[in-house]
Amino acid sequence: MSDDFDWVAASGRRAKGRRPDYFEDPALDRLYSVVFALAADVSALRERQDTLERLLDEKGTVSRADIESYEPDRKAGRERALATRAFVNRIMRGFQQTVEAMEADDPPIMDWVEKLSKE
Amino acid sequence: MAADLPPPYTALTRHEMMPRTTHDEAARFNFLTAFNRYLSGDIGRGNKLAYEKRVLPAIREELGRDPQHRYEIRDAMNRDSWHRMWSALKRNSMEMRQHFGRQVVLRQIDELSAMARQYNEHSGMLELDPAIEQPHYQTAVDIHCQPGGYHGGEHEGDVTVGANYDVGLFATTGGALGGLNDGGGQAVVEWAKKERPDWQPRRILDIGATVGHNAVPIALAYPDAEVIAIDTAAASLRYGAARAAAMGVKNIRFIQASGEDLSRWADGHFDWVQTTMFLHELSSKAMPRLLAEAHRVLTPGGLIFHIEQPQYSDEMPLFEQFMRDWDAFNNNEPFWSAMHGQDLEQVMEDAGFPRERQFVAGVRAVVDPEIFPPSPDDGEEDYGRAAIWNAYGAWKPEAEKAAAA
Repeated sequence: MSDDFDWVAASGRRAKGRRPDYFEDPALDRLYSVVFALAADVSALRERQDTLERLLDEKGTVSRADIESYEPDRKAGRERALATRAFVNRIMRGFQQTVEAMEADDPPIMDWVEKLSKE
Repeated sequence: MAADLPPPYTALTRHEMMPRTTHDEAARFNFLTAFNRYLSGDIGRGNKLAYEKRVLPAIREELGRDPQHRYEIRDAMNRDSWHRMWSALKRNSMEMRQHFGRQVVLRQIDELSAMARQYNEHSGMLELDPAIEQPHYQTAVDIHCQPGGYHGGEHEGDVTVGANYDVGLFATTGGALGGLNDGGGQAVVEWAKKERPDWQPRRILDIGATVGHNAVPIALAYPDAEVIAIDTAAASLRYGAARAAAMGVKNIRFIQASGEDLSRWADGHFDWVQTTMFLHELSSKAMPRLLAEAHRVLTPGGLIFHIEQPQYSDEMPLFEQFMRDWDAFNNNEPFWSAMHGQDLEQVMEDAGFPRERQFVAGVRAVVDPEIFPPSPDDGEEDYGRAAIWNAYGAWKPEAEKAAAA
Protein backbone atom coordinates (compact mmCIF):
# COMPACT_ATOMS: atom_id res chain seq x y z
CA MET A 1 0.00 0.00 0.00
CA SER A 2 1.15 3.52 -0.72
CA ASP A 3 2.81 4.80 2.45
CA ASP A 4 1.06 8.13 2.30
CA PHE A 5 -2.45 6.66 2.13
CA ASP A 6 -4.06 6.40 5.56
CA TRP A 7 -6.90 3.94 4.92
CA VAL A 8 -8.20 4.09 8.49
CA ALA A 9 -8.67 7.85 8.39
CA ALA A 10 -10.08 7.73 4.84
CA SER A 11 -12.61 5.03 5.66
CA GLY A 12 -14.57 7.18 8.09
CA ARG A 13 -14.95 10.24 5.89
CA ARG A 14 -18.38 11.83 5.95
CA ALA A 15 -20.75 11.76 3.00
CA LYS A 16 -21.38 15.11 1.29
CA GLY A 17 -24.78 16.45 2.33
CA ARG A 18 -25.70 17.82 5.75
CA ARG A 19 -26.70 15.24 8.32
CA PRO A 20 -30.18 15.68 9.82
CA ASP A 21 -30.30 16.46 13.55
CA TYR A 22 -32.39 13.86 15.31
CA PHE A 23 -32.23 15.20 18.86
CA GLU A 24 -32.35 18.64 20.50
CA ASP A 25 -28.99 17.91 22.11
CA PRO A 26 -26.31 16.98 19.56
CA ALA A 27 -24.58 14.97 22.28
CA LEU A 28 -27.36 12.38 21.98
CA ASP A 29 -26.74 11.99 18.25
CA ARG A 30 -23.08 11.39 18.99
CA LEU A 31 -23.85 8.97 21.80
CA TYR A 32 -25.99 6.85 19.44
CA SER A 33 -23.18 6.62 16.92
CA VAL A 34 -20.74 5.41 19.57
CA VAL A 35 -23.09 2.94 21.21
CA PHE A 36 -24.08 1.18 17.99
CA ALA A 37 -20.58 1.02 16.61
CA LEU A 38 -19.63 -0.59 19.93
CA ALA A 39 -22.57 -2.94 19.62
CA ALA A 40 -21.34 -4.02 16.18
CA ASP A 41 -17.90 -4.77 17.53
CA VAL A 42 -19.17 -6.59 20.59
CA SER A 43 -21.25 -8.69 18.23
CA ALA A 44 -18.16 -9.34 16.09
CA LEU A 45 -16.23 -10.33 19.24
CA ARG A 46 -18.93 -12.83 20.14
CA GLU A 47 -18.68 -14.34 16.69
CA ARG A 48 -14.93 -14.53 17.04
CA GLN A 49 -15.24 -16.22 20.40
CA ASP A 50 -17.66 -18.67 18.86
CA THR A 51 -15.24 -19.37 16.03
CA LEU A 52 -12.47 -20.02 18.55
CA GLU A 53 -14.61 -22.39 20.57
CA ARG A 54 -15.77 -24.31 17.50
CA LEU A 55 -12.23 -24.67 16.20
CA LEU A 56 -11.03 -25.81 19.61
CA ASP A 57 -13.79 -28.41 19.64
CA GLU A 58 -12.66 -29.67 16.28
CA LYS A 59 -8.93 -29.34 16.45
CA GLY A 60 -7.54 -29.42 19.95
CA THR A 61 -6.80 -27.20 22.87
CA VAL A 62 -5.44 -23.88 23.96
CA SER A 63 -4.82 -23.39 27.66
CA ARG A 64 -5.63 -20.32 29.72
CA ALA A 65 -1.96 -20.17 30.66
CA ASP A 66 -1.11 -20.01 26.97
CA ILE A 67 -3.37 -16.99 26.67
CA GLU A 68 -2.01 -15.34 29.85
CA SER A 69 1.58 -15.71 28.76
CA TYR A 70 1.05 -14.85 25.11
CA GLU A 71 3.32 -12.04 23.86
CA PRO A 72 2.76 -10.81 20.33
CA ASP A 73 5.89 -10.53 18.23
CA ARG A 74 6.64 -7.35 16.29
CA LYS A 75 4.42 -8.30 13.35
CA ALA A 76 1.49 -9.40 15.51
CA GLY A 77 1.93 -6.28 17.64
CA ARG A 78 1.60 -4.05 14.59
CA GLU A 79 -1.45 -5.95 13.34
CA ARG A 80 -3.14 -5.54 16.71
CA ALA A 81 -2.24 -1.84 16.94
CA LEU A 82 -3.77 -1.25 13.51
CA ALA A 83 -6.90 -3.20 14.45
CA THR A 84 -7.23 -1.14 17.63
CA ARG A 85 -6.82 2.11 15.74
CA ALA A 86 -9.47 1.04 13.22
CA PHE A 87 -11.76 0.15 16.14
CA VAL A 88 -11.35 3.58 17.76
CA ASN A 89 -11.97 5.15 14.37
CA ARG A 90 -15.22 3.22 14.05
CA ILE A 91 -16.66 4.18 17.41
CA MET A 92 -15.59 7.82 17.08
CA ARG A 93 -16.96 8.28 13.55
CA GLY A 94 -19.86 10.49 14.65
CA PHE A 95 -17.56 12.98 16.39
CA GLN A 96 -15.03 13.00 13.58
CA GLN A 97 -17.72 13.62 10.95
CA THR A 98 -19.20 16.44 13.06
CA VAL A 99 -15.83 18.18 12.79
CA GLU A 100 -15.78 17.62 9.02
CA ALA A 101 -19.35 18.91 8.77
CA MET A 102 -18.37 22.12 10.57
CA GLU A 103 -15.64 22.57 7.98
CA ALA A 104 -17.92 21.75 5.04
CA ASP A 105 -20.81 23.99 6.12
CA ASP A 106 -23.25 22.64 3.51
CA PRO A 107 -26.90 23.74 3.47
CA PRO A 108 -29.71 21.65 5.03
CA ILE A 109 -30.58 18.60 2.90
CA MET A 110 -34.11 20.04 2.53
CA ASP A 111 -32.64 22.86 0.43
CA TRP A 112 -31.22 20.34 -2.04
CA VAL A 113 -34.40 18.29 -2.12
CA GLU A 114 -36.43 21.39 -2.86
CA LYS A 115 -33.98 22.74 -5.43
CA LEU A 116 -33.58 19.47 -7.33
CA SER A 117 -37.27 18.65 -7.05
CA LYS A 118 -38.10 21.78 -9.01
CA GLU A 119 -35.85 20.90 -11.91
CA MET B 1 -38.19 -19.30 12.97
CA ALA B 2 -34.88 -20.33 11.37
CA ALA B 3 -36.20 -19.34 7.96
CA ASP B 4 -36.34 -15.74 9.17
CA LEU B 5 -32.60 -15.56 9.79
CA PRO B 6 -30.38 -14.09 7.09
CA PRO B 7 -27.46 -16.15 5.80
CA PRO B 8 -23.97 -15.25 7.03
CA TYR B 9 -22.04 -12.71 5.01
CA THR B 10 -19.61 -15.45 4.02
CA ALA B 11 -22.40 -17.09 1.97
CA LEU B 12 -21.92 -14.36 -0.66
CA THR B 13 -20.30 -15.66 -3.84
CA ARG B 14 -16.63 -14.73 -3.81
CA HIS B 15 -15.64 -13.83 -7.36
CA GLU B 16 -12.08 -12.64 -7.89
CA MET B 17 -12.93 -8.91 -7.71
CA MET B 18 -14.88 -9.24 -4.47
CA PRO B 19 -12.83 -7.57 -1.72
CA ARG B 20 -11.57 -10.06 0.85
CA THR B 21 -13.05 -9.78 4.33
CA THR B 22 -11.47 -10.81 7.62
CA HIS B 23 -13.39 -12.78 10.20
CA ASP B 24 -14.42 -9.64 12.12
CA GLU B 25 -15.27 -7.58 9.02
CA ALA B 26 -17.69 -10.27 7.92
CA ALA B 27 -19.03 -10.40 11.49
CA ARG B 28 -19.73 -6.64 11.44
CA PHE B 29 -21.78 -7.05 8.26
CA ASN B 30 -23.64 -9.86 9.99
CA PHE B 31 -24.45 -7.48 12.84
CA LEU B 32 -25.70 -4.80 10.44
CA THR B 33 -27.84 -7.30 8.53
CA ALA B 34 -29.49 -8.39 11.76
CA PHE B 35 -29.76 -4.77 12.95
CA ASN B 36 -31.45 -3.64 9.72
CA ARG B 37 -33.96 -6.46 9.85
CA TYR B 38 -34.64 -5.59 13.47
CA LEU B 39 -35.15 -1.89 12.68
CA SER B 40 -37.59 -2.49 9.84
CA GLY B 41 -39.31 -5.56 11.27
CA ASP B 42 -39.24 -5.70 15.06
CA ILE B 43 -39.42 -1.99 15.85
CA GLY B 44 -40.39 -0.43 12.51
CA ARG B 45 -44.04 -0.58 13.49
CA GLY B 46 -43.30 1.89 16.27
CA ASN B 47 -43.48 4.63 13.65
CA LYS B 48 -47.06 3.81 12.74
CA LEU B 49 -47.99 3.48 16.40
CA ALA B 50 -46.49 6.86 17.19
CA TYR B 51 -48.37 8.33 14.24
CA GLU B 52 -51.74 6.88 15.13
CA LYS B 53 -51.52 7.38 18.89
CA ARG B 54 -49.80 10.75 19.15
CA VAL B 55 -48.98 12.50 15.93
CA LEU B 56 -52.25 12.26 14.01
CA PRO B 57 -54.35 13.44 16.99
CA ALA B 58 -51.92 16.35 17.44
CA ILE B 59 -52.22 17.30 13.76
CA ARG B 60 -56.02 17.21 13.99
CA GLU B 61 -55.87 19.32 17.11
CA GLU B 62 -53.55 21.85 15.54
CA LEU B 63 -55.03 22.08 12.03
CA GLY B 64 -58.61 21.08 12.70
CA ARG B 65 -58.40 18.53 9.88
CA ASP B 66 -56.48 15.47 8.66
CA PRO B 67 -53.10 15.93 6.96
CA GLN B 68 -53.36 16.55 3.23
CA HIS B 69 -49.78 15.90 2.16
CA ARG B 70 -46.98 13.54 3.21
CA TYR B 71 -44.84 16.58 4.07
CA GLU B 72 -47.34 17.61 6.77
CA ILE B 73 -46.89 14.17 8.33
CA ARG B 74 -43.13 14.48 7.99
CA ASP B 75 -43.01 17.80 9.83
CA ALA B 76 -45.12 16.39 12.66
CA MET B 77 -43.31 13.02 12.86
CA ASN B 78 -39.94 14.79 12.98
CA ARG B 79 -41.09 16.26 16.30
CA ASP B 80 -42.04 12.84 17.67
CA SER B 81 -39.56 11.26 20.10
CA TRP B 82 -39.96 7.72 18.81
CA HIS B 83 -39.55 8.61 15.16
CA ARG B 84 -36.47 10.66 16.00
CA MET B 85 -34.89 7.74 17.83
CA TRP B 86 -35.78 5.27 15.10
CA SER B 87 -34.43 7.62 12.44
CA ALA B 88 -31.22 8.10 14.40
CA LEU B 89 -30.79 4.32 14.58
CA LYS B 90 -31.52 3.87 10.88
CA ARG B 91 -29.21 6.69 9.86
CA ASN B 92 -26.43 5.28 12.03
CA SER B 93 -26.93 1.87 10.47
CA MET B 94 -26.49 3.44 7.01
CA GLU B 95 -23.37 5.30 8.13
CA MET B 96 -21.86 2.24 9.77
CA ARG B 97 -22.52 0.22 6.63
CA GLN B 98 -20.45 2.75 4.67
CA HIS B 99 -17.71 2.97 7.29
CA PHE B 100 -17.35 -0.79 7.69
CA GLY B 101 -17.39 -1.34 3.92
CA ARG B 102 -14.80 1.35 3.36
CA GLN B 103 -12.49 -0.16 5.97
CA VAL B 104 -12.70 -3.43 4.01
CA VAL B 105 -12.01 -1.96 0.58
CA LEU B 106 -9.60 0.86 1.44
CA ARG B 107 -7.16 -1.36 3.32
CA GLN B 108 -6.79 -3.40 0.11
CA ILE B 109 -7.06 -0.49 -2.31
CA ASP B 110 -3.80 -1.27 -4.11
CA GLU B 111 -4.66 -4.93 -4.72
CA LEU B 112 -8.16 -4.03 -5.96
CA SER B 113 -6.89 -1.31 -8.29
CA ALA B 114 -4.22 -3.59 -9.74
CA MET B 115 -6.59 -6.49 -10.25
CA ALA B 116 -9.25 -4.30 -11.87
CA ARG B 117 -6.63 -2.79 -14.20
CA GLN B 118 -5.48 -6.23 -15.21
CA TYR B 119 -8.97 -7.56 -15.89
CA ASN B 120 -10.02 -4.45 -17.77
CA GLU B 121 -6.90 -4.34 -19.97
CA HIS B 122 -7.37 -7.95 -21.01
CA SER B 123 -11.14 -8.16 -21.37
CA GLY B 124 -11.69 -5.10 -23.55
CA MET B 125 -15.10 -4.80 -21.86
CA LEU B 126 -14.53 -1.30 -20.44
CA GLU B 127 -14.76 1.91 -22.41
CA LEU B 128 -14.31 5.15 -20.49
CA ASP B 129 -14.90 8.64 -21.83
CA PRO B 130 -13.30 11.41 -19.75
CA ALA B 131 -15.50 13.93 -21.56
CA ILE B 132 -18.58 12.59 -19.76
CA GLU B 133 -19.45 14.87 -16.87
CA GLN B 134 -21.03 13.64 -13.68
CA PRO B 135 -24.52 15.25 -13.59
CA HIS B 136 -24.94 17.75 -10.76
CA TYR B 137 -27.99 15.86 -9.46
CA GLN B 138 -25.57 13.01 -8.72
CA THR B 139 -22.94 15.18 -7.05
CA ALA B 140 -24.96 17.69 -4.97
CA VAL B 141 -24.92 15.16 -2.14
CA ASP B 142 -23.25 11.74 -1.86
CA ILE B 143 -26.08 9.38 -2.84
CA HIS B 144 -26.93 6.75 -0.19
CA CYS B 145 -24.49 8.51 2.18
CA GLN B 146 -21.61 6.74 0.39
CA PRO B 147 -18.59 9.03 0.73
CA GLY B 148 -17.55 9.85 -2.84
CA GLY B 149 -20.94 8.80 -4.20
CA TYR B 150 -20.68 6.34 -7.08
CA HIS B 151 -18.14 8.41 -8.98
CA GLY B 152 -15.47 9.42 -6.44
CA GLY B 153 -12.32 7.72 -5.30
CA GLU B 154 -9.01 8.06 -3.56
CA HIS B 155 -6.84 8.19 -6.67
CA GLU B 156 -6.95 8.08 -10.46
CA GLY B 157 -8.27 4.72 -11.61
CA ASP B 158 -9.75 3.87 -8.20
CA VAL B 159 -12.46 1.20 -7.98
CA THR B 160 -13.22 1.37 -4.27
CA VAL B 161 -16.64 3.07 -4.39
CA GLY B 162 -17.86 0.30 -6.71
CA ALA B 163 -16.28 -2.32 -4.50
CA ASN B 164 -17.79 -0.78 -1.38
CA TYR B 165 -21.23 -0.77 -2.99
CA ASP B 166 -20.83 -4.47 -3.80
CA VAL B 167 -19.62 -5.56 -0.35
CA GLY B 168 -22.27 -3.65 1.57
CA LEU B 169 -25.47 -4.31 -0.39
CA PHE B 170 -25.80 -7.52 1.60
CA ALA B 171 -26.14 -5.62 4.87
CA THR B 172 -28.33 -2.83 3.47
CA THR B 173 -30.87 -5.26 2.07
CA GLY B 174 -30.78 -7.65 5.01
CA GLY B 175 -29.19 -10.37 2.88
CA ALA B 176 -32.17 -10.46 0.50
CA LEU B 177 -30.47 -10.00 -2.89
CA GLY B 178 -28.70 -13.33 -3.24
CA GLY B 179 -25.10 -14.51 -3.43
CA LEU B 180 -24.12 -12.03 -6.14
CA ASN B 181 -26.41 -9.17 -5.01
CA ASP B 182 -28.16 -9.75 -8.32
CA GLY B 183 -31.68 -10.63 -7.18
CA GLY B 184 -33.03 -7.58 -9.05
CA GLY B 185 -31.50 -8.58 -12.38
CA GLN B 186 -32.58 -12.18 -11.83
CA ALA B 187 -36.12 -10.95 -11.22
CA VAL B 188 -36.07 -9.09 -14.54
CA VAL B 189 -34.87 -12.24 -16.34
CA GLU B 190 -37.55 -14.38 -14.72
CA TRP B 191 -40.23 -11.91 -15.78
CA ALA B 192 -38.98 -11.67 -19.40
CA LYS B 193 -38.57 -15.44 -19.83
CA LYS B 194 -42.08 -16.01 -18.54
CA GLU B 195 -43.63 -13.17 -20.53
CA ARG B 196 -41.96 -14.00 -23.87
CA PRO B 197 -40.35 -17.46 -23.64
CA ASP B 198 -39.11 -17.45 -27.23
CA TRP B 199 -37.84 -13.88 -27.32
CA GLN B 200 -34.19 -13.56 -28.30
CA PRO B 201 -33.18 -9.91 -27.97
CA ARG B 202 -29.97 -9.16 -29.89
CA ARG B 203 -28.95 -5.89 -28.24
CA ILE B 204 -29.76 -4.82 -24.70
CA LEU B 205 -28.98 -1.47 -23.05
CA ASP B 206 -28.84 -1.10 -19.26
CA ILE B 207 -28.85 2.57 -18.18
CA GLY B 208 -27.45 3.60 -14.79
CA ALA B 209 -25.76 0.24 -14.44
CA THR B 210 -23.35 1.10 -11.55
CA VAL B 211 -21.37 -2.11 -10.94
CA GLY B 212 -23.45 -4.18 -13.38
CA HIS B 213 -24.92 -6.46 -10.72
CA ASN B 214 -28.31 -6.28 -12.47
CA ALA B 215 -27.01 -6.29 -16.06
CA VAL B 216 -24.79 -9.37 -15.66
CA PRO B 217 -27.66 -11.81 -14.95
CA ILE B 218 -29.41 -10.49 -18.08
CA ALA B 219 -26.24 -11.06 -20.13
CA LEU B 220 -25.93 -14.58 -18.71
CA ALA B 221 -29.57 -15.38 -19.43
CA TYR B 222 -29.27 -14.18 -23.04
CA PRO B 223 -25.79 -15.38 -24.04
CA ASP B 224 -26.33 -14.56 -27.74
CA ALA B 225 -27.25 -10.96 -26.97
CA GLU B 226 -24.83 -8.06 -26.74
CA VAL B 227 -25.41 -6.18 -23.47
CA ILE B 228 -24.27 -2.57 -23.08
CA ALA B 229 -24.12 -1.28 -19.50
CA ILE B 230 -23.76 2.49 -19.23
CA ASP B 231 -23.23 4.86 -16.34
CA THR B 232 -21.72 8.31 -15.95
CA ALA B 233 -19.54 7.14 -13.04
CA ALA B 234 -16.20 5.74 -14.20
CA ALA B 235 -15.35 4.53 -10.68
CA SER B 236 -18.37 2.22 -10.67
CA LEU B 237 -17.85 1.02 -14.25
CA ARG B 238 -14.19 0.12 -13.67
CA TYR B 239 -15.18 -2.16 -10.84
CA GLY B 240 -18.25 -3.48 -12.69
CA ALA B 241 -16.34 -4.41 -15.85
CA ALA B 242 -13.62 -6.14 -13.85
CA ARG B 243 -16.26 -7.93 -11.76
CA ALA B 244 -18.03 -9.22 -14.90
CA ALA B 245 -14.72 -10.32 -16.41
CA ALA B 246 -13.80 -12.09 -13.17
CA MET B 247 -17.11 -13.95 -13.41
CA GLY B 248 -16.28 -15.06 -16.95
CA VAL B 249 -19.04 -13.02 -18.63
CA LYS B 250 -18.17 -12.26 -22.27
CA ASN B 251 -21.21 -10.61 -23.87
CA ILE B 252 -21.30 -7.37 -21.90
CA ARG B 253 -19.52 -4.03 -22.29
CA PHE B 254 -19.34 -1.23 -19.73
CA ILE B 255 -19.38 2.18 -21.38
CA GLN B 256 -19.15 5.57 -19.70
CA ALA B 257 -22.10 7.48 -21.12
CA SER B 258 -25.09 9.48 -19.96
CA GLY B 259 -28.59 8.15 -20.49
CA GLU B 260 -29.57 11.70 -21.42
CA ASP B 261 -27.41 11.53 -24.57
CA LEU B 262 -27.39 8.20 -26.40
CA SER B 263 -26.37 9.84 -29.70
CA ARG B 264 -23.58 7.31 -30.29
CA TRP B 265 -26.30 4.72 -30.95
CA ALA B 266 -28.56 4.84 -34.02
CA ASP B 267 -32.35 4.96 -33.95
CA GLY B 268 -33.82 1.55 -33.21
CA HIS B 269 -30.44 0.03 -32.25
CA PHE B 270 -31.59 -1.87 -29.15
CA ASP B 271 -34.27 -4.54 -28.70
CA TRP B 272 -34.47 -3.89 -24.96
CA VAL B 273 -33.69 -0.85 -22.81
CA GLN B 274 -33.52 -1.51 -19.08
CA THR B 275 -33.17 0.49 -15.85
CA THR B 276 -33.09 -1.08 -12.40
CA MET B 277 -33.79 1.13 -9.39
CA PHE B 278 -32.37 4.07 -11.30
CA LEU B 279 -35.17 6.46 -12.30
CA HIS B 280 -35.36 7.88 -8.77
CA GLU B 281 -31.73 9.00 -9.06
CA LEU B 282 -32.61 11.41 -11.90
CA SER B 283 -33.76 15.01 -11.73
CA SER B 284 -37.16 15.65 -13.27
CA LYS B 285 -35.56 17.54 -16.15
CA ALA B 286 -33.22 14.64 -16.80
CA MET B 287 -35.81 11.86 -16.66
CA PRO B 288 -37.87 12.93 -19.73
CA ARG B 289 -34.68 13.48 -21.73
CA LEU B 290 -33.48 10.00 -20.80
CA LEU B 291 -36.82 8.38 -21.60
CA ALA B 292 -37.01 10.17 -24.97
CA GLU B 293 -33.53 8.94 -25.84
CA ALA B 294 -34.46 5.44 -24.69
CA HIS B 295 -37.49 5.60 -26.99
CA ARG B 296 -35.36 6.70 -29.94
CA VAL B 297 -32.75 3.94 -29.64
CA LEU B 298 -35.41 1.26 -29.08
CA THR B 299 -36.41 -0.81 -32.10
CA PRO B 300 -40.13 -1.04 -33.04
CA GLY B 301 -41.59 -3.90 -31.03
CA GLY B 302 -38.81 -3.56 -28.45
CA LEU B 303 -39.13 -3.50 -24.66
CA ILE B 304 -38.48 -0.71 -22.21
CA PHE B 305 -38.53 -1.93 -18.61
CA HIS B 306 -37.95 0.04 -15.41
CA ILE B 307 -37.67 -1.64 -12.04
CA GLU B 308 -38.77 0.90 -9.45
CA GLN B 309 -40.62 1.40 -6.21
CA PRO B 310 -44.32 2.13 -6.66
CA GLN B 311 -45.32 5.70 -7.42
CA TYR B 312 -47.26 7.67 -4.86
CA SER B 313 -50.92 7.81 -5.76
CA ASP B 314 -54.21 8.84 -4.20
CA GLU B 315 -54.74 5.20 -3.26
CA MET B 316 -51.50 5.02 -1.27
CA PRO B 317 -52.05 6.14 2.34
CA LEU B 318 -50.23 9.38 3.20
CA PHE B 319 -48.46 7.67 6.10
CA GLU B 320 -46.97 5.10 3.71
CA GLN B 321 -45.90 7.91 1.37
CA PHE B 322 -44.20 9.65 4.30
CA MET B 323 -42.34 6.45 5.29
CA ARG B 324 -41.23 5.87 1.71
CA ASP B 325 -39.89 9.40 1.68
CA TRP B 326 -37.54 8.67 4.57
CA ASP B 327 -34.57 7.99 2.30
CA ALA B 328 -34.94 11.34 0.51
CA PHE B 329 -34.25 13.25 3.72
CA ASN B 330 -32.16 10.75 5.69
CA ASN B 331 -30.21 8.74 3.14
CA ASN B 332 -29.22 11.41 0.62
CA GLU B 333 -31.72 10.50 -2.09
CA PRO B 334 -32.70 14.06 -3.04
CA PHE B 335 -34.88 13.22 -6.03
CA TRP B 336 -36.65 10.20 -4.49
CA SER B 337 -39.59 12.18 -3.14
CA ALA B 338 -40.26 14.26 -6.28
CA MET B 339 -39.79 11.32 -8.67
CA HIS B 340 -42.26 9.08 -6.88
CA GLY B 341 -44.75 11.92 -6.88
CA GLN B 342 -44.79 12.12 -10.67
CA ASP B 343 -47.34 10.57 -12.99
CA LEU B 344 -44.89 8.13 -14.54
CA GLU B 345 -47.40 6.87 -17.09
CA GLN B 346 -47.77 10.42 -18.39
CA VAL B 347 -43.99 10.94 -18.45
CA MET B 348 -43.64 7.68 -20.40
CA GLU B 349 -46.40 8.74 -22.79
CA ASP B 350 -44.72 12.09 -23.36
CA ALA B 351 -41.52 10.21 -24.20
CA GLY B 352 -43.33 8.36 -27.00
CA PHE B 353 -44.72 5.23 -25.35
CA PRO B 354 -48.50 5.16 -25.94
CA ARG B 355 -50.50 4.43 -22.82
CA GLU B 356 -52.09 1.31 -24.32
CA ARG B 357 -48.61 -0.20 -24.76
CA GLN B 358 -47.64 0.47 -21.15
CA PHE B 359 -47.97 -1.99 -18.28
CA VAL B 360 -47.04 -2.35 -14.62
CA ALA B 361 -45.68 -5.67 -13.34
CA GLY B 362 -44.87 -6.79 -9.81
CA VAL B 363 -41.50 -8.47 -9.46
CA ARG B 364 -39.49 -9.61 -6.47
CA ALA B 365 -35.88 -10.64 -6.03
CA VAL B 366 -35.04 -14.11 -7.32
CA VAL B 367 -32.43 -15.77 -5.14
CA ASP B 368 -31.43 -19.29 -4.13
CA PRO B 369 -33.85 -19.88 -1.23
CA GLU B 370 -31.67 -22.69 0.15
CA ILE B 371 -29.02 -20.12 1.07
CA PHE B 372 -30.85 -16.81 0.97
CA PRO B 373 -34.26 -17.05 2.55
CA PRO B 374 -36.51 -14.16 1.56
CA SER B 375 -36.55 -11.14 3.87
CA PRO B 376 -39.13 -11.56 6.65
CA ASP B 377 -41.64 -9.11 5.26
CA ASP B 378 -44.59 -11.48 4.78
CA GLY B 379 -45.06 -10.06 1.32
CA GLU B 380 -45.16 -6.53 2.70
CA GLU B 381 -42.86 -3.90 1.34
CA ASP B 382 -40.45 -2.29 3.75
CA TYR B 383 -41.35 1.18 2.49
CA GLY B 384 -38.90 0.93 -0.36
CA ARG B 385 -36.21 -1.26 1.14
CA ALA B 386 -37.54 -4.81 0.71
CA ALA B 387 -36.54 -6.73 -2.40
CA ILE B 388 -39.97 -6.27 -3.95
CA TRP B 389 -40.54 -3.87 -6.82
CA ASN B 390 -42.97 -2.48 -9.33
CA ALA B 391 -41.80 -2.62 -12.90
CA TYR B 392 -42.99 0.08 -15.29
CA GLY B 393 -42.70 -1.15 -18.85
CA ALA B 394 -43.86 -0.67 -22.43
CA TRP B 395 -43.57 -2.48 -25.74
CA LYS B 396 -42.79 0.08 -28.43
CA PRO B 397 -45.37 -0.06 -31.24
CA GLU B 398 -44.25 -2.24 -34.17
CA ALA B 399 -44.48 0.57 -36.70
CA GLU B 400 -45.74 4.11 -36.73
CA LYS B 401 -48.50 3.20 -39.22
CA ALA B 402 -51.08 5.27 -37.41
CA ALA B 403 -48.98 8.40 -37.89
CA ALA B 404 -48.64 7.73 -41.64
CA ALA B 405 -52.36 7.11 -42.16
